[in-house]
Amino acid sequence: MTDLAAPPATSIATPPRRLSALMDQSRIRARYRSEARFRSYGLIALGLTTLFLVFLLADIFRNGVPAFWQHHVVLEVTVPREAVTVDGKVDAQSIRAADYFPITRDALKAAIPGIESRSGERTLVRLLSTGAADELRARLAADPSLVGKPVKTRLLLSDDADLYFKQPSADISERAARGIATPNGTTGTVTILSSANDFADDIVRLKQVLTARLRAVETEHARLSRAGGSDSVLQRLRELDEERKELAARVSAPKVAEDLNDKLPSLLVAINGGLVKVTKLEDIRIEGEVLLPLASTADAAPGSWKIVTYAVPASNRKVSDQEVAFLERLKADGKVESAFNTRFFTAGDSREPELAGVRGALMGTALTLLVTLALCLPIGVLAAIYLEEFARKNWFTDIIEININNLAAVPSIVFGLLGLAVFLNFFGLPRSAPLVGGLVLALLVLPTIIIAARAALKAVPPSIKEAALGVGASHQQAVFHHVLPLAMPGIMTGTIIGMAHALGETAPLLMIGMIAFIVDVPQSFTQAATVLPVQIYLWSDLPEQAFQAKTAAAIIVLLMFLFLMNGAAIWLRKRFERRW
Amino acid sequence: MKIKALFGASVAVLALTGVAMAQAGRDQIRIVGSSTVYPFTTAVAEQFGKSGGGKTPVVESTGTGGGMKLFCAGVGPTHPDLTNASRRMKIGEFEDCQKNGVKDIIEINIGIDGLTIAQSKAGPAIKLTLAQVFLALAEQVPGPDGKLIPNPYKNWSDIDKSLPNIKIEVLGPPPTSGTRDSLHELFLEVGAEQIPAMKELKKADPKAFEKAWKSIRKDGAYVEAGENDNVIVQKLEANKNAFGVFGFSFLEENLSKLKGVALDGVEPEYDNIAAGKYKGSRRMYVYAKKAHIGVIPGIDKFMAEYVSDKAMSKDGYLARKGLVALPKVEAEKVAANVKAQTPMQASDLK
Repeated sequence: MTDLAAPPATSIATPPRRLSALMDQSRIRARYRSEARFRSYGLIALGLTTLFLVFLLADIFRNGVPAFWQHHVVLEVTVPREAVTVDGKVDAQSIRAADYFPITRDALKAAIPGIESRSGERTLVRLLSTGAADELRARLAADPSLVGKPVKTRLLLSDDADLYFKQPSADISERAARGIATPNGTTGTVTILSSANDFADDIVRLKQVLTARLRAVETEHARLSRAGGSDSVLQRLRELDEERKELAARVSAPKVAEDLNDKLPSLLVAINGGLVKVTKLEDIRIEGEVLLPLASTADAAPGSWKIVTYAVPASNRKVSDQEVAFLERLKADGKVESAFNTRFFTAGDSREPELAGVRGALMGTALTLLVTLALCLPIGVLAAIYLEEFARKNWFTDIIEININNLAAVPSIVFGLLGLAVFLNFFGLPRSAPLVGGLVLALLVLPTIIIAARAALKAVPPSIKEAALGVGASHQQAVFHHVLPLAMPGIMTGTIIGMAHALGETAPLLMIGMIAFIVDVPQSFTQAATVLPVQIYLWSDLPEQAFQAKTAAAIIVLLMFLFLMNGAAIWLRKRFERRW
Repeated sequence: MKIKALFGASVAVLALTGVAMAQAGRDQIRIVGSSTVYPFTTAVAEQFGKSGGGKTPVVESTGTGGGMKLFCAGVGPTHPDLTNASRRMKIGEFEDCQKNGVKDIIEINIGIDGLTIAQSKAGPAIKLTLAQVFLALAEQVPGPDGKLIPNPYKNWSDIDKSLPNIKIEVLGPPPTSGTRDSLHELFLEVGAEQIPAMKELKKADPKAFEKAWKSIRKDGAYVEAGENDNVIVQKLEANKNAFGVFGFSFLEENLSKLKGVALDGVEPEYDNIAAGKYKGSRRMYVYAKKAHIGVIPGIDKFMAEYVSDKAMSKDGYLARKGLVALPKVEAEKVAANVKAQTPMQASDLK
């Protein structure tokens, strides 16, 4: 069709030749100007479109690409024989059924020795995903001879721990200390005394934070004083007064020990192989809680111990200082590894971001689109052929034609309602099944395909059909042997555009129950399934931050699916295209 | 020929349809209902599936009202077994259920969710009373003479001078959302009752009073941000003077960027919500059909998983997903009720 519609481009640009000299030159110039203007509008429109597209894609990729990688802890784990023995037997089944939680917990505890407290242990365990042992389990089940032997395996980290590694923050800074430090203990609450005023800078920085807060309080105070009047204002002024006094006292008193809490930046001291979180700060002395036990209470030489600052207060982040301490230790020991997130493509949905995958949605999409294609391609093409080639032109076919055109513009949710009423309630088909989804989407894209197919049939030059009829072919032979093959590229393009439309639909699927949490990957047309755009919609609405990245990653997968389909459309068109 | 292949394919699909129609029973639990309860029920469903209780249940997100309709439509494998609700079942819905043969319904109070107002960490610290929330959001507020006038307040400081001098801009759920119902019932109704002029109106003309707290201003101060709470979170990050209304789980998950606004002097924190001190707490429910227990395998086990300590308690995995646990005594009652499979009565809902 495009070949027919585009006349040679030069005919517009070439100036008309035989003009009388008297003919107004200014009118010609005006025409040129008008054309130049039009071209620049076109360029601007194109530029803007490109800009929006680039912005959109860049944003999606920036958010989504990290989700294709996943952090693991690599540990050597020995699974004791008795843990996987059921009825005195060790086989793939008993290995699958075993509880791996205590095994992975002990392996992680061994990696960070010296964690005795129950709260410390709980924090440590929370670093691992609930599916941490899935890989280990699969390996053992595949090869039961590994039971009882140390196996080097990857344990999946939880979403928060994973995010901590993925968003490397510039907020953590460390510096070597100048004095000789003397800690007075290795666990619990310790004090560390330095021979130099190592913490003076931190006090200064703390005062700066406090000063900034004081300024804010003072500004608010001044505003309210001017506003004056009601009880509520006076009440608020009294509160501010107190806050101001307290802050002012802390800012002006130089040598008092400062209490640090989780609303202030965290200060940590790395000393003798351990880590201490500062709770009380003086310029030569700190008091703090041990996050990672110290090896000894020996004096630490200048430069051998470090002061670490985490500028974001603990109350403002998802990982506590304790978790940061564990994670940094594991990383320093080289036990943290980032690997391609194959799980994202092999697993179904999950409520744990690190376990969730798009396999279920991909399968659901494929099954649904198969049903749609199988239904609407033959029906659509045959309807188009009949309407275009065989049907008599009368009021009846006119009404059909108008209705088909109208159907193409009906909101998609209406098709969902229809699906609910007809396929589910009347025919009693199962809810959430790709079969019903495909049926509904087929109704949705049928008008598109019929319209596209009719246009493609119309674009075949009548001379071809006439020639066929002329050599004695029947009408049906002329259409099926000559017109249809030539119209096929156009029909294919229309069909694939229609399918791409169906690929992006969620609204009609709501009514037939495909907007659902489905863990099992669907294997048949009647099993419960969901589709990619629905998966994106569902993930985007979950509170866990890690799902935001998953959402973007699923969008990338959907885009790839679309690219593939459109690529197929172009290939088919090129392959079957005939020129005449 | 190609055409024949196409015909073949469509015939195959039609044949499949026939197979599907013949299929009757079902071995997978089906759950519908509230999108607010969805994150919690899905977590339980996944655990249930993992621990070998049976096939992982399918959880649809249809909204509380839509879920009730599906749930109450009848008994049998074509109808869902459980429904999620971000509010209690209404008496009308209960009667509807009864009419359609859904006689015995087991009510499970799974926990508490807090409705919170939040703002960017960078925004000016603010504390509100519910009366102020009402004055900021209602379409009509009492004027100087106590009569209702169109909401004149543009800035927070217009409502009360102690509040910062910034434009009122609140992002919240659209009318279709169950969270919007809670916004009206928990914040605006209670807030209206705190205002003397509105209290008098309630006595004089209860209908006008109800209309006042059930309508939200449409002059741009309240922005309907769609069902997606993450969108509100992102908008709050970008605009430090705006406020957002959403569930506690979103606030908890985004504490690095957002802070909760204290209402009537109570901060939206886990302990305050659990203790019932925070005004914006609402109970979440799951309803189960007793008639389906034993017919669809695993429903009793699924309910047991839901009310188990490892799910519903303060240290359970649902608490980590942002659900506030019930007080211990109540949780035990709920668990006992589930174990005994005691159906609820119409009198419970009054």
